[in-house]
Amino acid sequence: MTRPEIRTAIIDILSDIAPDEDYAQLKDDVSFREQLSMDSMDMLDIVLELRKQFKLQIPEADYPNLVSMQSTLDYLEPLLADK
Amino acid sequence: MGEENIYDTVIIGAGMSGLAAGIRLAQYDKHVCILEKHTVPGGLNSFYRQKGRNFDVGLHAMTNYAPKGVRKGPLSRLLRHLRLSWDELGLIPQLGSAIAFPGVTLDFSNQFGLLESQIAEKFPSQIDRFRKMTASLVDYDQLGLGESGGSAKEFVRSFLTDPLLINMLFCPIFFYGGARESDMEFGQFCIMFRSIFLEGFARPYEGVRHILTKLLKKFKTLGGELRLHSSVKQIVSQSGQVSKLILEDGTEIRAKQFLSSAGWRETMRLCGLKEPEKEVAPGKLSFVETISVLDRDPKRLGHNKTILFFNDSESISYRKPDSLVDVRSGVICSPNNFDYAKPLGEGQIRITALANFDRWAELGEERYRLEKLRCYDALIGSAVRFIPDFRGNIIENDMFTPLTVTRYTGKDSGAIYGAADKKYDGLTPLNNLYVCGTDQGMVGIVGAIVSGITIANRYLLAK
Repeated sequence: MTRPEIRTAIIDILSDIAPDEDYAQLKDDVSFREQLSMDSMDMLDIVLELRKQFKLQIPEADYPNLVSMQSTLDYLEPLLADK
Repeated sequence: MGEENIYDTVIIGAGMSGLAAGIRLAQYDKHVCILEKHTVPGGLNSFYRQKGRNFDVGLHAMTNYAPKGVRKGPLSRLLRHLRLSWDELGLIPQLGSAIAFPGVTLDFSNQFGLLESQIAEKFPSQIDRFRKMTASLVDYDQLGLGESGGSAKEFVRSFLTDPLLINMLFCPIFFYGGARESDMEFGQFCIMFRSIFLEGFARPYEGVRHILTKLLKKFKTLGGELRLHSSVKQIVSQSGQVSKLILEDGTEIRAKQFLSSAGWRETMRLCGLKEPEKEVAPGKLSFVETISVLDRDPKRLGHNKTILFFNDSESISYRKPDSLVDVRSGVICSPNNFDYAKPLGEGQIRITALANFDRWAELGEERYRLEKLRCYDALIGSAVRFIPDFRGNIIENDMFTPLTVTRYTGKDSGAIYGAADKKYDGLTPLNNLYVCGTDQGMVGIVGAIVSGITIANRYLLAK
């Protein structure tokens, strides 16, 4: 997957978790926590969705990589390059 | 035994917590089955139909109301985790509620400022203290597991000095979630205070069945299986692990993991674990509720409160009464008094009061019926000291007692808020069996749903 494709997939996951938000305005360099009021339980959902959709096992130690869109893409891009 | 009786997770009880846990698991492709002993889902928050009318059980109002767009708080959390949009719940806010004690009434609504101004007016020496107290409990973590300990009474008394105000504030909190006599665990108090006073009440137009229908549809769409009229007879375990469930009809069901919302004692009994069962004393607090259908909307009789908590003396006795019913104090709820776009039609007034399970249980069948009638009259007679007398407008009535609660929900002693001591971590002596729901520590519809989500996330999904 390309970086833009991954971004679209992440937006899909986010809009599934929090459907009432406006993702057109999402800033890639600001944390999900700050922009979308996401907490650790929401982060768990992102991890579970990635596992479900891309068969990707993300170790707990790597969760901090999922803090913002930019950091998430940086982290996922090499992992999803072949998918 | 066929393949059809093997699951990833089996959940006992299709109440709010079991359904919420089921949705979470089904969302992540777990093969999940919910077993419900009753013929309708809902557990403590259910519904029935009688003589052509729909009645709710349990739900007076959903607490924890938040308007659309609010991202914080338990309601927005549960919407996110269950992938529901705010609109789907169809919540209509309350018109306004009150706490009525002799000579003083405190109005409150979903705007916290109303309660503050009422306290400022009626208890001027207390308002600054009240604000400080509110500020200190507002950040208590609602979703964390684990007991914070301590007495809510002591906490409140460290701020407020007027015993009447203290008793008035405790009145709704006790009635809407008190599993313990005369006091409450501090963390539970914070959750209740917030859910009632800071957030507030709402109700879907169609009542609790609307919420249950949404949850059920979600669960089934995700591939979850619900079996009604499936009562668990035994939880069979081997070397510290549950191996299968046996139903009353003899069916055997296997799964990797099990989650029970039946209650702690009730679950341990199914396991045949006598010592763990005894760790937790049965809940003492049960209730009766009268339901009166009126020939008109209660507002036309001059009653426009959504929920009115009444108490006929300055001190409040939130204890198991010695008599069948304690009519001195109670909760008057009118499902008509929410801010609907169109009125509900027939009027309804429900009145809830503390009751003694053992007294009801020792009555013979005929006495039981007579006492129900007598207590219905006594409770309504007590309530009309606080609201307009509606007795001439009743066209239909019903009543439930602590025995009704036990019959339909399987909860020991009709204790709707469960045992006084909670199992906050949801763990049991068996390593693939967990508990959620009332005895895990959260009460109310939102609390129960959050309980199911939390336990599912923590133990059943993370693995």
